[in-house]
Amino acid sequence: MGMRFFGASVLRKEDPALLTGKGRYVDDVKLPGMLHAAFVRSTYAHALIKSIDKSAALALPGVVAVLTHADLPEPMRSRRLPLYVPHPAIKQTFMPWPLAKDEACFAGEAIAIVVAESRYIAEDAAALVEVDYEVLPASIDPREAILAGAPLAQHGATSNIVTQVPVKIGDTDKAFANAPHIFREQFAMHRGGPFFLECRGVVADWDATAEQLTVHASSQGSHRFKRTFIDLLDLADNQVRVITNDVGGGFGPKGSFYVEYAALAAATIAVGKPVKWIEDRRENFVATQQERDQYWDMEVAVNEQGKLLGLRGKLVHDGGAYVTWGLVLPWIAATSVIGPYVLPNYQLELIVAMTNKITCSPVRGAGRPQGCFVMERMMDRIAQELGLDRGEVRRRNFIQPDQFPYKVGLIFRDGRPVTYDSGDYPKSQQMALDHMDWENFRTRQEAALKQGRYIGIGLSNAVEGTGLGPYEGATIRISTSGKIVVFTGATPQGQSHKTTLAQIAADHLGVDYNDVSVVTADTATIPFGMGTFASRTAVNAGSSVHLAAIEVREKIKKIASELLEVSPDDLELKDGAVEVRGVPGLRKTFRELAYNAVGLYGFSMKADRDPGLEATSYFKPEQSTYANSCHVAEVEVDIETGHVKVTRVLVNHDCGNVINPMVVEGQIVGGVAHGIGNALFERLLFDETGQPLTTSFADYLLPMATDVPNVETLHTETPSPLNPIGVKGAGEGGTIAVIAAIISAVEDALRPFNVRLTEMPISPERIVELVLDAKHK
Amino acid sequence: MPDIRKISVTVNGKRHEAEVESRLLLADFLRNTLDLTGTHVGCEHGVCGACTVMVDDHSARSCLMFAVQANGKSITTIEGLAQADGSLSILQEAFRQKHGLQCGFCTPGMLITLTEHLRDNPDPTEEELREVLTGNLCRCTGYQAIVEAGLDAAAKMRASKAEHA
Amino acid sequence: MKPAPFTYHDPATTAEAVAVLASHENARPLAGGQSLVPMMNFRYAAPDHLVDLNGIESLRSLEVGARIAIGAMTRQREVEFSTDLAAACPILIEALRHVGHRQTRNRGTIGGSLCHLDPAAETPAIMLLHDATVTTQSAAGSRDLPMGDFALGFMTSALEPDELLTRVSFDAWPQDHGWGFEEYARRHGDFAIASAGVLLTLDARGAVERFAMVIGGLGPTPQRLHDFEAQALGAMPDDDFIKAAANAARSVEAMDDAHVSARYRQHLASVMSARALRRALACAAQRSLQHA
Repeated sequence: MGMRFFGASVLRKEDPALLTGKGRYVDDVKLPGMLHAAFVRSTYAHALIKSIDKSAALALPGVVAVLTHADLPEPMRSRRLPLYVPHPAIKQTFMPWPLAKDEACFAGEAIAIVVAESRYIAEDAAALVEVDYEVLPASIDPREAILAGAPLAQHGATSNIVTQVPVKIGDTDKAFANAPHIFREQFAMHRGGPFFLECRGVVADWDATAEQLTVHASSQGSHRFKRTFIDLLDLADNQVRVITNDVGGGFGPKGSFYVEYAALAAATIAVGKPVKWIEDRRENFVATQQERDQYWDMEVAVNEQGKLLGLRGKLVHDGGAYVTWGLVLPWIAATSVIGPYVLPNYQLELIVAMTNKITCSPVRGAGRPQGCFVMERMMDRIAQELGLDRGEVRRRNFIQPDQFPYKVGLIFRDGRPVTYDSGDYPKSQQMALDHMDWENFRTRQEAALKQGRYIGIGLSNAVEGTGLGPYEGATIRISTSGKIVVFTGATPQGQSHKTTLAQIAADHLGVDYNDVSVVTADTATIPFGMGTFASRTAVNAGSSVHLAAIEVREKIKKIASELLEVSPDDLELKDGAVEVRGVPGLRKTFRELAYNAVGLYGFSMKADRDPGLEATSYFKPEQSTYANSCHVAEVEVDIETGHVKVTRVLVNHDCGNVINPMVVEGQIVGGVAHGIGNALFERLLFDETGQPLTTSFADYLLPMATDVPNVETLHTETPSPLNPIGVKGAGEGGTIAVIAAIISAVEDALRPFNVRLTEMPISPERIVELVLDAKHK
Repeated sequence: MPDIRKISVTVNGKRHEAEVESRLLLADFLRNTLDLTGTHVGCEHGVCGACTVMVDDHSARSCLMFAVQANGKSITTIEGLAQADGSLSILQEAFRQKHGLQCGFCTPGMLITLTEHLRDNPDPTEEELREVLTGNLCRCTGYQAIVEAGLDAAAKMRASKAEHA
Repeated sequence: MKPAPFTYHDPATTAEAVAVLASHENARPLAGGQSLVPMMNFRYAAPDHLVDLNGIESLRSLEVGARIAIGAMTRQREVEFSTDLAAACPILIEALRHVGHRQTRNRGTIGGSLCHLDPAAETPAIMLLHDATVTTQSAAGSRDLPMGDFALGFMTSALEPDELLTRVSFDAWPQDHGWGFEEYARRHGDFAIASAGVLLTLDARGAVERFAMVIGGLGPTPQRLHDFEAQALGAMPDDDFIKAAANAARSVEAMDDAHVSARYRQHLASVMSARALRRALACAAQRSLQHA
């Protein structure tokens, strides 16, 4: 079988509809009798809810219902949202009630849901609901929250420390005791929120007669949502269906199940009509999960040659009000520090703090940008201290290509030891440096400086665990019309699954990829699914499609060989039919075969056959597969305004075999833009009482078209041995390492002032401050 | 009592009469009253640009206009951009060829902004396109492929015009 | 984010509009809507009566001669693409290109921007720079105010609740004037953290003959540097002169907010002033060459 579509930049199947306004996002769903919801949200970061008066709201014409926690149906009323990633180290498991019960733990927490004939009226009424609060002291800064005596972020907590976990490789103390050089840095890292263009949204529809709940949701995993509805309402599998159609971006936080969704289910059950809630942008800023803050206090020990001897320190992670994602985010950060380098000794005290801010969620990169930032900034520091080129320091520390599989010595977030499967880090960096003419940059920099221009270059390497398990399944079915459909629980938000999964199936079935329909994220079509997050779909769903397609192919050949009385080996699949090789007329179409495969009414089926031309596969990766990248960035800094212009970014990315280069390129370039936001623009601000100060796109700055350069890309392909199609994840690689590369470049541009940058993002004001301070010294 | 107005609006060449509440935003009128859901609502404060439509030949935020203000006006949305035979316009096709969209949510605004710009500036530079696109946010593409699509479409439009001249 | 209910009025004349304003409580005029409608969507503004000025043709006008007069409902795009204005008042065109984005300038109006009076807005700063006169109308009649008196304070104009701004007018500077406008915003189209505008003419020996300079973004309203302007007359525009201008700009009182400090605003004002002044001087030198 030739690979015709796997590896080709074929055009996307998604596009014709999306380009003509025929997409179907959740807000496009319109059901008969549908009502609209708005939420009453806590105006305080931390308060007791003494009483709620909804009478004025209920009196407003057009208002159908106002529900508070007390109005929720059982058993939902007695249950907090379930924690999906439990970990024995989590000492205090605070999960939210479906609506705040008697305590609000962040400004924006949902307290009541208003259902009305229109969203306009629902908002009018929400403003009339009177909540009597007793304001409590709030913990805002995670570094202060973990200190003894800090205000407790939750009633019933013993402290604001959710967990405190040691991470350890080797004997760090010993390594430091004998180290010729030890350098210390304190890093303050902030990542913003996802800020997908389409806010969250749900349409919930309870059929009281059938006792079935149908939910349309903008999500990253409809099966997880289904499971949560089942858990909260004690329903059976047939009673809940969750459908996710087109999604306007996810980037992590759309994978969470939020209290609003539970409230919507309660609302549709209460009013007996479908209810729609579409998050507006103000809500998005206060109620959609964010990644926010990490503070690392680190020391690195190196030998005379700049080789790593050890790394140690402490990480304080702002977990926000609830532990929805458990340890996931800081754990990934802690394990991503190592990157492509040999680190013999490592010790980290990881502390997750509970604060009165919206819960933390992974956002594109998911802690990896922070881990990468720590190590890459340390590499630059070592280079500076030892008078080495920044590329050379990294070269001296790389894990070599002959060391794979390479055991890092830690357990990853997938529960398996971090074992890098493949890669060629030295080559990856060298290609990138050559492409950017790294060697001669100093000459260019000096020439620019003579003209009063401050240009800089920076580099950064990252290794990224992708393709996390447990599985993502695929069912491939050929209908009696001969039409081919792939069903999967993967839940795309722009990643082009409908194209790439079709490409994989088409090759095995000998058809055009346009002849393969891909149905994603409808829980009625496939029983189990995890969803699209953590750069996992190509690995998991892609492999499942591959395996299922092969099974269907073999089934086709088997049935055809019986009907045509030839050996299966003499058959080939071509244009929707199976043909005896070299005998063009001797063939059976998929339509005929599918008809046959279903069986004849009343007739016995052959014992060795299962009905239908279909197969289901759940590929279960034994561990993550590790993609890698080298980013090089060039910037120009206006030292008078502090403005940073990113002038060039190169990404040399290795995600194993590439299914569709155009799609991978798009993921990388878009990821870089996200990283530029994290490096230079995006910051969520809160005042000392926990009030969010960035609640609009005028305050929170997303990169615009003029803020990002044309990204150059190179690809190295070291196929993964861990899955049958040799792929690794590509969705986050653009973002992870670019932040450190840009900050490194800014520092390099400011060489004449000898400043050290240990924070992200870096603002123009901060740059001016550093430059002015340096000038005054 | 809600303040209700009768309006007459031409959308994508088709005239619609409707009674609307004064406070109804044009974006909601297009999406909910006329079921033209191709126009997207992304921020409702005029920054993201997903709701951009053409109002009497000029692009405008439909989240910053009331439906009553569209009375007597002619509006073009993403649903009205394809060619008469239903095939993709040159710009839409360029978006497809260059992978100028991922999730597709910002796409309606991007298409309207570029449709206006290429009409008025048939031979734009990359810098010009990037500047005009600051009125539209995209979180997926990093803008690069959108800019490429705009340049590609401009070139094809010029070629097509030269051919028909 | 849906606006609160209101009653909509669409007068065809200014007289009708002011009559509606005079006879209704909590009534607000609606110009281009690029600032007011977001505020209504956030429910920061909730007028009971909205008086839409978009149907008043007489408020849309553009006269360019020795005196320049712009009707309040003239769209920013109409000004931006006016070739007459580009010749007579290029600094206004340059400043307008920093105002929002193509799509917002298509709807946004000159009068709307003047009445909204965002501290960092370009149009009020440019009008102040030109000592423009703002003309208003109410049921009681019309009045003329200097821009400096119109801009009362933070997002607050001198308009009475029943009064409309109808036009803004100012004298064009001589053909050979030099001009420079610079601002720093984090991203294209954002409100500036600080801006500076300079107009000047030079005499035959190259000394400053006429001079005006405005700083935007620092205080609650744009500020003219009157003291420095007075000192500037007759000065030779050398590096010390530019330094002095930058220092004068730095001393304008500035606001702190959650995003930037007053100190940084002042620093930027000095940087933008120096840059705008250099541009204005280069421009004047070039223009005098052309005229010579």
